[in-house]
Amino acid sequence: MSTDAVRTPRRRRSSTSRVQTRFAWLLLAPAILTVFGVVLFPLYRTVLVSLFDVRSALDPAPAFIGLGNYIGMLQSPSVWASLGRTFYFTVVSLAVELVFGLALALLLNAPLRARWLFRTLIVIPWAIPTIVNAAMWRGIFNAQYGALNALLTQLGVIHDYVPWLSEPWQAMNLVILADAWKTTPLVAFFLLAGLTGIPHEIYEAAAVDGLGWWKRFRAITLPLLVPAISIVVVLRTVEAFKVFDIIYAMTRGGPANGTAVISYYTYVTAFSDQNFGMGSAMAMLIVLAIAVLCLTYLRLIRTSDMSLL
Amino acid sequence: MILTRRALMFTGGALVAAGAAGCSVTGASDPAAGPTSAGTGGVPTGTVNILLMKQAGWTEEDWATVISKFTTANPEITVNPTFVAYEALHDKIVTSAAAGTYDVIHMDVIWPPEFAEKKMIADVTDRVPSSWKTDMQGGALQAALYKEQFYGAPAFPSTKLFYYNKDLMAKAGVTEDDITTWEGVMKAARTMMEKGVSKNPIAWSWSQAEAVVCDFAQLLGSFGGAFTDASGKLIFNDTPGQQTLQLMVDSLKDGTSAPGSPTFLEDDVIKAMQSGDTAFGLNWESAFRDLNDEKASKVVGKCGVSATPTGADNMRPGVNGAMAFAITVGSKNPDAAWKLIEFATSQGVQDPLAESAMPNWISSYSNPDVVKINPEVFKACKVAYAESILRPQVVNYNKVSSILQVEIQNALLGIKPVKTALDDAVTQGNQSLAG
Repeated sequence: MSTDAVRTPRRRRSSTSRVQTRFAWLLLAPAILTVFGVVLFPLYRTVLVSLFDVRSALDPAPAFIGLGNYIGMLQSPSVWASLGRTFYFTVVSLAVELVFGLALALLLNAPLRARWLFRTLIVIPWAIPTIVNAAMWRGIFNAQYGALNALLTQLGVIHDYVPWLSEPWQAMNLVILADAWKTTPLVAFFLLAGLTGIPHEIYEAAAVDGLGWWKRFRAITLPLLVPAISIVVVLRTVEAFKVFDIIYAMTRGGPANGTAVISYYTYVTAFSDQNFGMGSAMAMLIVLAIAVLCLTYLRLIRTSDMSLL
Repeated sequence: MILTRRALMFTGGALVAAGAAGCSVTGASDPAAGPTSAGTGGVPTGTVNILLMKQAGWTEEDWATVISKFTTANPEITVNPTFVAYEALHDKIVTSAAAGTYDVIHMDVIWPPEFAEKKMIADVTDRVPSSWKTDMQGGALQAALYKEQFYGAPAFPSTKLFYYNKDLMAKAGVTEDDITTWEGVMKAARTMMEKGVSKNPIAWSWSQAEAVVCDFAQLLGSFGGAFTDASGKLIFNDTPGQQTLQLMVDSLKDGTSAPGSPTFLEDDVIKAMQSGDTAFGLNWESAFRDLNDEKASKVVGKCGVSATPTGADNMRPGVNGAMAFAITVGSKNPDAAWKLIEFATSQGVQDPLAESAMPNWISSYSNPDVVKINPEVFKACKVAYAESILRPQVVNYNKVSSILQVEIQNALLGIKPVKTALDDAVTQGNQSLAG
C-alpha cells in the first residue's frame, strides 16, 4: 500500500471536518452574538463602569477608583437596609405565592364543571402588564378615593378612610399583595402541570389503603410536586429579588424609603443621582446575590430524589 | 469537529474586546463637540425632538396647537414631542443623554447646575436677547440660569398657589380674610372639622417625591427660613425649619390634614379638592383650570385662589417652580431647536395659553386682554411672584432632595422627632454636598 493511498482518505476527512466546523460556527453565530452582545457585553460594561467614578453619562474620562465603589457600597447603611427589604419582599412574596398557587392548582385540578373556564379566567391577572397592575392597586389603595376604602366603609368594617400606603411596613406588605395577585396564577400553572403528571392510580391505591385527604396530600402530592415546586422557587426567587417596576409605579420607594428595595435603590443611585459607578457596583451585588441564591437552591434541590434539576 | 470550549471563549473575548475598543468607559466622546452657543446662520431645517413634562403647565392639546402653528410658519422643520410625567422627566433626560435622543428638554429650575456641570446642556447665552432680562419674570429667568450664563430659555414662571373651596368655607362661617395666614388656615380647618363640614380639610402633596420638598419650601419661606446660608451649607434644621416641619406633623396628627397626604402627589391634591370634601390645598397655577374642569370636578366655580398664606412677619415667598427649555449637547439640530424655543417662549404664543401656564412676560400681567383669560390666577400670581424661595442650587440636588424627602417623611410618620429628622437631613445633605 502506497503512502498516497493512506493520505487520501485522511485529507478527505480533514476537508470534511473543516466544512463541518465552518458550518457549526455559522449555525452558532446568532447564539454567540446574542449571548455576548446582549448578556455578556453589558455585564462586562457594568463591571468596567463599577471600577470608575462615573458621575455623568457624558463624562469621557472618569477617574479609575478600583474597588472604591464596592467599598463605599458595603459601608452604606442604605444599601444594607434596601437589601434587608429585598429579602423580606422575596421571602414573603414567595411564601404567599406558593401557598395560594398550590391551593389554586389543587382547585383547578379538581374535577369541576367548566374547569376550562376557571383555568382561562385565572390567567387574567398574570396577563396584565406589571405597570398596569401597579397603577390599578395604587388606585385601589388610594387614601382619598380608593376602592378598598369605599368597600370596607360600605361593609361597615371601617368608619374612616385608611391611608393604606402611608406606613412603611404596611406599604411593603400591600406591594407584596399586589405582586402576589399578579404572579400567583403563574405559580399555580406550574404546579398544575406537576399535578396533572401524578398518576391517578397512586391516589386510588392510597384510597384503598384508607388514607385520608391530608395524608394523601402529604405522602403523595407534595413529594411528587417537588420538581415543579423547585422550578417555581428558583424562578420566582430570582424575579422577586430583582423586583423594580411594581415598586416604581406603586410607591417609588416610599414612604420613608420603606419599600426601597435594592433594584429601586440601584436605579435611583445610577440615574437620579447620576452616580453610575456606584449604581453599577450595586447592580453587580444583585447579580452576585441572585447567583448565590440560585446555586444554594439548586444544591438543596439536588439532594431531593424527586428533583428534576 | 474542532469546535472547542476554548475557541468559543476566544471568540467571546474577541467580541468583548472589539466592543470595548475605541470608546471610553461611558462610551462618551469629548462634549466640546456639542452644539455651539451661537447660531450657525442660514435657515434652520430638519427634525427637532423635544422632551416635555406631562403635568402642570401646557397640556398635550396646547402643545399640539403650538407645534402646528410653528410648523406652519417653519415648514422646513418637523417637531416630534414626547411627554412624560414630571416624576420621570429627570431620569428620562439622563438616560437619553448619551444617545442624544432629544434636541430640546423641559428643565426644572433645580436642574441647571447638574446638567450644566455635567455638560449635558448647551450654553446659549449668546443666543439670548438682552431684553429678556428686563422683560421676563425674574423667577422664570432663574430656571435657565447657572453661574450667570443662560443654559436655556424660560418656559414659564411658576409657584404654588393656595386654593380654597368657598362653599365649604361659607358652611363653616370662614371668610377669605380668615385664611390669609397659615395660623388662620389651621384655625379655619379646625372650625370646619368641629362643624362637621370637612373631615380633613387640607390636602398636601407629601409623597416621597419632589412635591414634598416644594411644600416644605413654601412653608419654610413663610417662617422666614432658607435652605442654605451664604456659603452654600444646608441650614434648614434651624428654628424656621423646625417650625415648618412641626406644623406639618401637627396638622397630620390633629387631622386638619388628610391622612393620605404622605402618599399624595399634586394630582391627588387636585382630585381630593375636585371631590368637594377637601377645603384647602397648595398647588401649581394650572390647578385652577383642573378644579373648574366640568368633566372631572364637583367644585366648578366654587373655588378661590390666592398667593400662599403668610407666616412669620407677613412673609410669603412661594417656592420657585419655574421651568425652562434647554438644548442638549447631543442635539444634531441646535439652530432649529432654538427656533422652536424662541417660538414657544414668545409673548404671542404664551399669552393665549395663560389658563394652562402663566406667561414669561411682565407686560402680560397688566394687559387686560390677557388677564381676562385667567383673572383669578393672574391676581394671585401678581402677589405670589413678588418674592420666591429657591431650593438649593447645587450639582447633586437630587441626592440632597431625596435625603430631605425621606427625613420629612420620617418626621411625618412619627419615626423620628422633628429636630432629629432635620438634623439628620442636614448632616447627610452636607456630606453629600462635600463629596
